Formats: sequence, structure tokens, C-alpha cells
Amino acid sequence: MTRAIEVSGLNKYYGTFHALRDVDFSVAEGERVVICGPSGSGKSTLIRCLNRLEVHDAGTIRVRGIELGDNLRNLDEVRREAGMVFQHFNLFPHLTVLENCALPQILSRRTARAEAEARGRDFLERVQILDQADKYPGQLSGGQQQRVAIARALCMRPKVMLFDEPTSALDPEMIREVLDTMVTLAQEGMTMVVVTHEMGFARQVADRVVYMEAGEIVETAAPATFFDSPQDDRSRRFLSKLVTA
Amino acid sequence: MTNNRTNATAQPSTSPSMVSRGVRIFFGSWLSALLTLLSVAIILALIPAFRWAVLDAQWQAGPPELCHGAGACWSFIHAKLRLILFGLYPPEAQWRAFTVIVLIIALVLATLWPRLWGLRIIGLWAVGLAVMLVLMQGGVFGMSYVPTSKWGGLPITLLLAVLSLGLGFPIAVVLALGRRSKLPVARAVSILMIELVRGLPLVGLLFVAAILLPLFLPPDWTIDKLGRTLAALTIFAAAYLAEVIRGGLQGLSGGQVEAAQALGIPYWKTVWHIVLPQAIQKVIPPLTNTAIVMVKNTSLVLIVGVFDILSAARSAATDPAWPAPSTEAYLFVAAIYFIICTAIGWYSQHLEAGVKARSH
Repeated sequence: MTRAIEVSGLNKYYGTFHALRDVDFSVAEGERVVICGPSGSGKSTLIRCLNRLEVHDAGTIRVRGIELGDNLRNLDEVRREAGMVFQHFNLFPHLTVLENCALPQILSRRTARAEAEARGRDFLERVQILDQADKYPGQLSGGQQQRVAIARALCMRPKVMLFDEPTSALDPEMIREVLDTMVTLAQEGMTMVVVTHEMGFARQVADRVVYMEAGEIVETAAPATFFDSPQDDRSRRFLSKLVTA
Repeated sequence: MTNNRTNATAQPSTSPSMVSRGVRIFFGSWLSALLTLLSVAIILALIPAFRWAVLDAQWQAGPPELCHGAGACWSFIHAKLRLILFGLYPPEAQWRAFTVIVLIIALVLATLWPRLWGLRIIGLWAVGLAVMLVLMQGGVFGMSYVPTSKWGGLPITLLLAVLSLGLGFPIAVVLALGRRSKLPVARAVSILMIELVRGLPLVGLLFVAAILLPLFLPPDWTIDKLGRTLAALTIFAAAYLAEVIRGGLQGLSGGQVEAAQALGIPYWKTVWHIVLPQAIQKVIPPLTNTAIVMVKNTSLVLIVGVFDILSAARSAATDPAWPAPSTEAYLFVAAIYFIICTAIGWYSQHLEAGVKARSH
């Protein structure tokens, strides 16, 4: 069985700063993996390498068997397979909610407009925001915008969803609605890689938790093991800070 | 303090009289009293001008002899209207030049309609401009041939303004993207182009295009003088527009392009559908500024002998049969420029209001 994501020996530098050190990481089809760690630990860099928003310096990345490198056709295919949700939503503010969902399908898959809009409505309905379809992103709350961003990514029919701190920019009262949407997605069997500080979410849906620090993967474990009996000193220190905070 | 006192004096009478309200509005504070007096002074100073332009003016169409009073001689505009509007364009063919003016106005109005934006409006303009050029030049469909040296007046002003902005815009986009490019060659070429053109006065560019360029080109390369003038205006507009657009690009968050990449949208489609619309929305006021400046810059073409509406008015005013009509001629042209530029300003405000409505 091919792995959804297979990363080996990944290294990434920003100038002289060593952002990722020999990272080996893989995700099986249908698996939910949560990546956590202190800020600056390289978790966002890792997830952004997975669809080449960041270009890695060494190592190999395969997404559903397609190797990411200088080959542009492969890059297109990987981006087709992997949808991404950003911390700051990154909705297109000059387009309505529905156009945000429809236009990318038209531009990158040449989908007919009617079909693209129908699919857009379909996914907006699933994230329970269809009633806002004709509004502009600026008129929506942060939680609503993030749900639209999830719908927009799902419209491209990805096989893997990448979430880069999807709730970090949200007001506390809006985190729940976004997490609920993600839990539903997980229950439907979507392969998910989630960078997050929401440990409740990790406990509830993750198959595995990956703990990173200083560009390295320190510990990988099932959530119950990770939270209740972390093996590494560094993860123990991180978790203790979370509890007191 | 002053306000409170006037309020107190107005209090006793149960219904505040017109007078006390007027006093409060016009003399309520030192500043408003000062502004009131200043306004009165300006109005008084303008009375002679008003008398000259309206009350004492000769409005009737007729021969120069009608104008002997102290007022403005609008009969002159009546008599020279065709010369000012169409320059040396042959009178029997002026309906064609007039049609061009109507077409430009119609296309501009169509452009105001957001539903046509994108490729549709570009196609419409391309077809419209082709029709206009055929109309102006003639030589087909039984229309007499009119060389570009005979073109003149308002159609020239409008065509030069619209074409220099319209052709300059895509060049400006490429220059702005080039200046922000990661490729050193693209960046160097863009910076060189922009800085070179911005470093030269427009008059200098027009001279180079109209007079020097033909000297350097092989003699059988005859590019029309009007075409060369248009080229100079176009690169001038492009350099300024490029910097305005670059400002808009800088205001765009990097997340927009990343989101488009993650969704697999190809680069040029991202530029066209995601980047440019947002960048332009952010710089509507300076874009408007550049557009208005370019409309007025077209009047400089008279230096290289292109006959725009201002040069047409100047030459009309030299007719010795009329007693010193240059003030009237310039005022008339000024009014036309004013209408065009104010309309551009209004339209930009309307666009900005639309952008604002969408953001909250």
C-alpha cells in the first residue's frame, strides 16, 4: 500500500538557520496526524514543504507516490492531491464566498462554471455556511472564514488535507466551530495532517501525535501515550507548560 | 466658549429665529467668522468675472461685429466650434470624427459596468478602436482618405489619452511584476525602463519620438508621426502606472499567492484573477491621479505639431477677424478638460465606495 505522505532525510535552511534536520515522517492513507511543538520548531515549515510552498534543500518528499522536486508536472499533481488550510484563512477578499469556492476549480481544473458553482454550494452546505454564499469574506467572522477556506480546499477534491495552525488566528469562541468541521472531516475518513496547539482535538481525532522541537521530530506516539506518558524529556517539558498555561 | 454664549442668547426665544441661527452658523466661532468673511470677499471678487462671462456676454451666433461690448464673445465659439473640436479634419467628413467621439464616450460608459470587466471589455475596446481608426482614416467603404496629419481636435485628445493609458497599462503590469521578480535580468530591465522614462520630461520624450527617431531609423521606415507621439505617451504612462501598480502589489499579503498556489492555480491566471484585481483596488486614488494627469499631458503634443484640442483652439484664436478671442477659446477648452477630469474623479470615488462596501 502506498503511503499518503512519505518524507525522508528532509533538510531545510533559511540562510544559515537550520529549520528542518533530517526529518523522517510518513502518513498512511486515511490516517490523521497532529504535529505539535513550540513556535519555531519547524512544524509549519514541514507542512509547507509537503506542497512545496517551501522548497526543501535535501531529502525526498513523496505525496501519494509523486515525488516533489523541480518537476513542475509533479508539483501540479501534488497540489491537486493535497488541499491546504492556512492560519490566516487567505480567502480571496475581492470574490464572494461562492466565487472563492468556484473560481479555483475553473482556473486550475477547467471545470465548467455551473458545475464549479454547484460543487461550491455543496461543500458550503457541508461546512454549514451556504447562507453566506453571496457575501464577501470581509463581512464574515473569523470562524466562518476558516470554514469557507476548508470548503474551498475540499472543492478541489483533495485526497490529503494539510492544516497549518487553522485555529491560531481565531477568537476563542470561534475555535469550536472550526474544530467541529475538522472532526466531521476526519470521521468521513479524510487523510489529515494538522499543525495545531489544540490538544483536545489531537486526543479526539489523531491516530498519531508528532512532537517537534528545533527542527527535529522528537517523539511520535498515539495520543493517549503521548499525553499520558511522554517518553522524551523535551515533550514532557512542553506538555507541562501547556497544562500550567 | 463662544458657542456656549450664542447658545445661551438663543435660548430665551422659544423658537430660535432665522437670524440667531444664521449668526450661530456663520459667526459661531472665530474660525467660522473668518471663513465667512473670506467667502464673502471671494464672491465679491468674482462678480466682475461673472458679469463678463454671463451678464455682459454676447451669446448670439453671428459675425465678429456682434462683439463690441465689454463682455465675453461666445459667438466666437459658435463660429469656430468645428475648428476647435475637429481641427483641420475635412468639414464634409467631420461626421466621422464626431462618430469617433460618440464611440469613445459609449465605450467609456460601457467600461463603467462591472459585469463587462475582464476579457469582454478588452475585446469590446479592441473592436471599437479598430472601427474608430477606420472611420478617422477612411479610404474604404466609399469614405474619403484623411491622412493623420489632418486629424485634430477632440478625437485626437481622447484617442491619445485612452490609447496611451490603455496600451500603457499592460506594459505597466509587466514592468511592475518584473521589478518585483526574483529573476535579476527581469528586475534590472524593469528598473532601467521605469527610471529612464521617469527621469525624462515628457516634452523630451515627445521630441525624441517625433523628431529624433526618424533621423536614426532607415529612410524607408516611415512610422506615422501620430503613431510615434502615441508611443512616447504610452511608455510615459506605462512608467508611472508601473510604480502605482507596484505599490498595490506590495500591499498584497503573500498569503494570497500561496493560497492560489496551494489550490493549483497557474501563475498567469493567479496574476490576472487574484493578484491584479486586489492590487488595483488598493491603488484606485493614485491610478485616478495618473489617468487625469495623462489626459492633460496629451495637450503637450502641440509641441511636436500634433493638432489636439488645445492646439486647435489656439489656432482658432489667431483669426484676426475676431477681436482678441483667446480667453474665450481657452475657457471653452478648459471646460472640456474639466468635464473629462471631473468625470474620472467621480468614477474613481464610485469604485472606492464599492470596494469599501465589500470589506465590511
